[in-house]
Amino acid sequence: MGPCPLASSHPAIVLIDGNNFYASCEAVMDPAVLGRPLVVLSNNDGCIVSRSAEARALGIRMGQPYFQVRRDLERHGVVVRSSNYTLYADMSQRLMATLEPWVEALEIYSIDEAFGRLGRPAGNGDLSDWGQQLRHHVLCQLGLPVAVGIGPSKVLAKLANRVAKTTPAHNGVFDMGSIPDPDPYLEAIAVEEVWGIGRQLSRWCRLRGISHARALRDMPTGELRHRCGVVGVRLQQELRGHACLPLELVPAAKRETCVSRSFSQPITSQAELKEAIATYLSRAAEKLRRQRQRTGTITVFVRSSPFNGTSFYSNSATVSLPLASNDTAVLLAAALPLVTQLFRPHKPLQKAGVLLQALQSTTTLQHHLLLPLPEEQQHRREALMAAIDALNRRYGSGTVQWAAAGLHTPWRMRRSRLSRSATTQLDAIPVVQA
Amino acid sequence: MAPRPLPSSLEPNSFEPSSLEPPATSLEEQLIRCRASTFLLRVSGESMQGAGIRHGDLLIVDQGLEPRVGQIVVAYIDGGFTLKRLVQHRGRLRLEAAHPAYPPLELTCSDDHWLWGVALHVIRALAPNPPQR
Repeated sequence: MGPCPLASSHPAIVLIDGNNFYASCEAVMDPAVLGRPLVVLSNNDGCIVSRSAEARALGIRMGQPYFQVRRDLERHGVVVRSSNYTLYADMSQRLMATLEPWVEALEIYSIDEAFGRLGRPAGNGDLSDWGQQLRHHVLCQLGLPVAVGIGPSKVLAKLANRVAKTTPAHNGVFDMGSIPDPDPYLEAIAVEEVWGIGRQLSRWCRLRGISHARALRDMPTGELRHRCGVVGVRLQQELRGHACLPLELVPAAKRETCVSRSFSQPITSQAELKEAIATYLSRAAEKLRRQRQRTGTITVFVRSSPFNGTSFYSNSATVSLPLASNDTAVLLAAALPLVTQLFRPHKPLQKAGVLLQALQSTTTLQHHLLLPLPEEQQHRREALMAAIDALNRRYGSGTVQWAAAGLHTPWRMRRSRLSRSATTQLDAIPVVQA
Repeated sequence: MAPRPLPSSLEPNSFEPSSLEPPATSLEEQLIRCRASTFLLRVSGESMQGAGIRHGDLLIVDQGLEPRVGQIVVAYIDGGFTLKRLVQHRGRLRLEAAHPAYPPLELTCSDDHWLWGVALHVIRALAPNPPQR
């Protein structure tokens, strides 16, 4: 197939995203659930994060805590699944690979969204048919429904995608760039829903009487510049159809790394909290080494459940490292004392995590008079970390771990309704009856 | 696979002779047409043994190919995957087993069964426990 139309002087931006992506992924290798209401729960089976169209039709809302709606779900025969990130990540890669040949350049924006650039056919031609073909192609290749929004800029492509999804008559595709009068569409979109507007700017817009995307587009630029600086002006330019946000084809270096989880049962002892933090920190350090980065600060945060009766407790503590590191032992030694500061005996904790900031690349040289270890010993530590990472990659995460992370860990995440890794694990692939 | 087109400007001596040699054969390229739309399934049952597919075989299925008459397809029927050959019989499509004990299944237009993908290859270990190297 030669899906990418010939380049022209009028580039178009397209935003493609998966409809109910997690719920749709669950149906790919298990068509028995296709056409049935299905919801996917957040980590630890906390609340609803994705709903199939049938589940939406039942009035199930996003973000509802599972324990509150459990009865209703059972009564309606809704299929309930825990988040299976292995499956979603694999389907995401397949989706992006499928989209790639359809555009000149692709920016993978999130697990289920990508921006693309392509040429608009001469004479401001309509790209809706192209969008329908793309939608059909992805559905045939992967069994995943997508929505396609097209416009002259990223912000308008994002708005077009919204129109495509919310207006059934458009059948999942909308080209904002080819319609004679986009104003009614822009007026139907609240200013808060404009992509990239941020809370401050949208609050200011409301105070100023700007309530929808069209009004933001048409307000005096000078005033916008005065109040909101270049961010506001850029947004307005994008709404006017002048692309000024380029596609980010190479992912930017990560500025921070976070690992956090909810516990399956509240943590009430300091020893358990230490194990949990040690586990998350080991994982975060592994991420750092994979990204070839070191961290300069470690933040540990904890909170109690917002749903249980005792008063809510939320707290965090940060430590700066004298010398940036990605050595698990160094990070543990620095961070575990924070747990003692944060733990409160009568506050059962529901969630905790670690946040690593002030990341720097391992390729930048560190100048420090007091190196913690002689150079040769430093190299041996790095070799040890590399060996541990290799073992955990090869034989499964947790094969080699720090004793601080604990062996018997009742607090570990609950995923009672996890589907199988049917697209990535040989022992989990579906059976076909012959 | 489509033949590789010749470079449009062939300048002699502009590249080393070794670059003319084809790349090493990749098993994956031989077995997989399109990585994104290829999925593995495990065969259960003997209804396709006449086509050389046995219980326990690993099946390479391409979801992105349009099924054609004569091909062995994975169909979705009554909540599960079924492996059969797609044939045309008196102007109508049906799924046939490759085993005398299994009757053919007529295909009708219905929501609860459709063709899911085309089975392209089957992988079977010849020794039950292949020696570890």
